[in-house]
Amino acid sequence: MCDQTFLVNVFGSCDKCFKQRALRPVFKKSQQLSYCSMCAEIMATDGLHENQTLASLKSEAECLKGKLEEERAKLHDVELHQVAERVEALGQFVMKTRRTLKGHGNKVLCMDWCKDKRRIVSSSQDGKVIVWDSFTTNKEHAVTMPCTWVMACAYAPSGCAIACGGLDNKCSVYPLTFDKNENMAAKKKSVAMHTNYLSACSFTNSDMQILTASGDGTCALWDVESGQLLQSFHGHGADVLCLDLAPSETGNTFVSGGCDKKAMVWDMRSGQCVQAFETHESDINSVRYYPSGDAFASGSDDATCRLYDLRADREVSIYSKESIIFGASSVDFSLSGRLLFAGYNDYTINVWDVLKGSRVSILFGHENRVSTLRVSPDGTAFCSGSWDHTLRVWA
Amino acid sequence: MSGSSSVATMKKVVQQLRQEAGLNCVKVCQAAADLKQFCLQNAQHDPLLTGVSSSTNPFRPQKLCSFL
Repeated sequence: MCDQTFLVNVFGSCDKCFKQRALRPVFKKSQQLSYCSMCAEIMATDGLHENQTLASLKSEAECLKGKLEEERAKLHDVELHQVAERVEALGQFVMKTRRTLKGHGNKVLCMDWCKDKRRIVSSSQDGKVIVWDSFTTNKEHAVTMPCTWVMACAYAPSGCAIACGGLDNKCSVYPLTFDKNENMAAKKKSVAMHTNYLSACSFTNSDMQILTASGDGTCALWDVESGQLLQSFHGHGADVLCLDLAPSETGNTFVSGGCDKKAMVWDMRSGQCVQAFETHESDINSVRYYPSGDAFASGSDDATCRLYDLRADREVSIYSKESIIFGASSVDFSLSGRLLFAGYNDYTINVWDVLKGSRVSILFGHENRVSTLRVSPDGTAFCSGSWDHTLRVWA
Repeated sequence: MSGSSSVATMKKVVQQLRQEAGLNCVKVCQAAADLKQFCLQNAQHDPLLTGVSSSTNPFRPQKLCSFL
């Protein structure tokens, strides 16, 4: 249902090797040909092995960038909000804090929901990682990490483990146990090793693999059991601050955002960057896929949130107001993708109408920066974490 | 040192740009229409959009029952 078909699959005979394969359009000296993926890749590296001077490479890069801009501009025939003009406007929203989770001793930096739609894991600057039952606000588990600034935490799909990391440059997995005699810290498993802080982590579709993003400018895919590095993703020019996996079951891509103002979409199998977007004016703090998998939103220190469509390969909407001057730290979509919730450094949460580009609601309540925000798996509520040491569940 | 490493970096940039130039893209009007379509189709299944009654949403406060 949700295909990531930004490459249209046409089958036929490749213009170079003549084999029957899935074809892609390729431009060679402004002539359009159809190559299979093997020949397309060979063509991309063709001529790069000879001794090309820096100057000739730079001029080819400029020329290609110019051509890409031109092609992208041709596709830009209309704005998203124009297409959505006739869509019914949203009514007034009444969203209030329904639960406040208190217990962290310092800034809450990250949180994640369990697939059971009620448990939440959160991590804080003081090194504590807590698992809460959001219905009752009880704390079910607590672990003290050996480092401060635990910037990333994630719940395993099975609900049986959590992963977290931060200034220790590692991502560790803790199995959750209800046995009172067992010390959670004893069963800790170090999975990922980076050369700088861990900024984000996420389990893939199973408990067996973890994807991490780091201040060392790379993302990496790890096998949990053996701790082995399965794939690494190089391309960002500065710290990578966030990542999100594509929602499709068969999806093998993820998007990452960094301090180099770029959002990059990666192929998990090959380690290649498939698409890159550079329209933000400052660090990208948060990226989140649209529920259909065809687009993603980003929140940045430039006080805007933007929507990028993968098939059109460009930014299609920008969510900003002159009165909003503080950076957006965290974004997430509602289940249908119509609402975009964004937490800001001015202590508020703004709710945007994704299609019309207008703000629907502002939510007040936190007493310091909102650092993290996630919608629950069944879409009935969303949770925000803040530097005011608390988490709030809104519905 | 700067000579060989910047040539290597530029080669990667050119290779990346060549791959991106080969992507087949869709027009914004089509992509936007699909996004709109997805939103409208799934609107009724979105609890935060439609609002859920107190009885079914575990987070909303329930009305207290009183014994008569």
